[in-house]
Amino acid sequence: MNKILEVRNLSKIHGRGCPQCFDTTGPAQDTNICPHCGSVVAAHDVSFDLYAGEILGIMGESGSGKSTVVKTLFFDETPTAGEAVFFDGDAQYELFSLNAAQSRWLRNHRFGMVYQNPHLGLNFNVSAGGNIAERLLMSDIAHYGEIRSRAKALLARTEVLPERMDESPKRFSGGMQQRVQIAKALATRPPLLFLDEVTTGLDLSVQARILDLILEIQQELSTAMIVVTHDLGVIRLLAGRTLVMRYGRVIEAGLTDQILEDPQYAYTQRLVASAL
Amino acid sequence: MNPGYELPLDEAAYSFGFLDEYAKREVRRAILKAVSIPGYQTPYASREMPMGRGFGTGGLQLTLSLIGPGDTLKVIDQGSDDSVNAVNLRHFVELTCPGVDTAERTAEATLIQSRHRIPEAPLTEEQLLVLQVPYPDPLVVVEPSEGKRKIMHGEGDYSRLLTKLYEDIVQFDEITISHRYPTRINGHYVIDPSPIPRYDVPRLHQSRALILFGAGREKRIYAVPPYTVAEPLAFEDVPFRTEDFREEHGNRRACARCGAKDSFLDEIILDGGEKTYQCSDSDYCNQQLAMRSAAVEASA
Repeated sequence: MNKILEVRNLSKIHGRGCPQCFDTTGPAQDTNICPHCGSVVAAHDVSFDLYAGEILGIMGESGSGKSTVVKTLFFDETPTAGEAVFFDGDAQYELFSLNAAQSRWLRNHRFGMVYQNPHLGLNFNVSAGGNIAERLLMSDIAHYGEIRSRAKALLARTEVLPERMDESPKRFSGGMQQRVQIAKALATRPPLLFLDEVTTGLDLSVQARILDLILEIQQELSTAMIVVTHDLGVIRLLAGRTLVMRYGRVIEAGLTDQILEDPQYAYTQRLVASAL
Repeated sequence: MNPGYELPLDEAAYSFGFLDEYAKREVRRAILKAVSIPGYQTPYASREMPMGRGFGTGGLQLTLSLIGPGDTLKVIDQGSDDSVNAVNLRHFVELTCPGVDTAERTAEATLIQSRHRIPEAPLTEEQLLVLQVPYPDPLVVVEPSEGKRKIMHGEGDYSRLLTKLYEDIVQFDEITISHRYPTRINGHYVIDPSPIPRYDVPRLHQSRALILFGAGREKRIYAVPPYTVAEPLAFEDVPFRTEDFREEHGNRRACARCGAKDSFLDEIILDGGEKTYQCSDSDYCNQQLAMRSAAVEASA
């Protein structure tokens, strides 16, 4: 199996930080706010590997640092410490030591991101097709006809009616907005896709169709994905391996079935038991 | 700054060209930087001028910093030498710059300050064109934050401008920008070429004259140096096109006054409601008219 992403000791502190930050926070201390300096330790010592075509789930309650991990990897936030290497064919990229132009290139060409809130991922001032065009234009495609046909094909693939591609996503339902976001993220056929709570807030039938779509895409394009969610059902359906996070630390990691059937830690046990 | 340097003052202890020497030096420094980095919006300390910002203070500061005795200045506003703004600017320079000539003929001028047009007559290497700019940043329509715009310019990230063009084609089957058409200079920076019509944009490409842009209110100076590539943004399969002056039968409209068929035309609505077309560049129109009457006299 080809490794596509290697993350080691990723940490992120919001605030000035002090030497005691890491020792005084975490699941054992039952907080992620440092009592000495008041900084928030959003993530600490997160390490994992991701292989091509694999779906990795990151699970945990609100504020556990799941999204922070994904946001630092997508260059939305800069980490305080840690390393991440992205393997792209023969090339290797040290994600946290790239300059702005290089990270923008990776973000536009090789990564895709689907946010929980479509307002973060989509530009509501342009049409659905325009959103996809924007991403294609970012990756240096400057042929109007080609952009148009690719946008149409992508929207058809994600089950958005092609007749509505010239409408603003403002007028779409939540599920459709999410599908436009997925189409936009897939526009450049990225080998790595980040999904941050993609189904949260959607009704169950729409959730099911979006999850089906994600699985189909993974089968078709063998895209590696990191799925962030607090929904155990999503984890069970999508992820092969799972990390469980609490107060910024990874407290349990392993095969999804193992974690859901035989959780080792009290917190994970509670989480699994509380699932409806 | 060199501590031993003394600023030159003339005998009357009053600087040539209204601006004090510090101000002129500031503008000239910005010009040098702007020429060195084609299309880059160079910030500068814009001075208060004896007219409202937005009336061409940026262009006037450039003009006053560049002009010297022996120069000939032409001022155009919307193509015309005789509109109020052009006349007033010309008077102002006559008052404050002794030894400077003013002219209406493009060929006679060494320095041309213009708003909304590039003259029809081709410029030469000896001429300088100064354009007044209300909004220097083409990205302002897609990104409100100045900090982010600077990063976008630095990285040459103009995909959002192109998305706007894409949206135009989707909605109207063509790009609907009539003036201030975003133009990429020397393969990197995209500029707002001031409110010149699309018709004038190709004149920026490989121009023989140095073209300087001054935005007084926004405090920016930028340049298209001579013989520099200037490409209007477009798609590979939807090329840039200029205004179309053909009437319903497909013939090119002519100027109603001088009969020229190769100039940018203004549409004028007469009292009866009919439309007539006239050269926007008044000097070009006069030249054509003079040539015509000379030809008539010669044949008679």
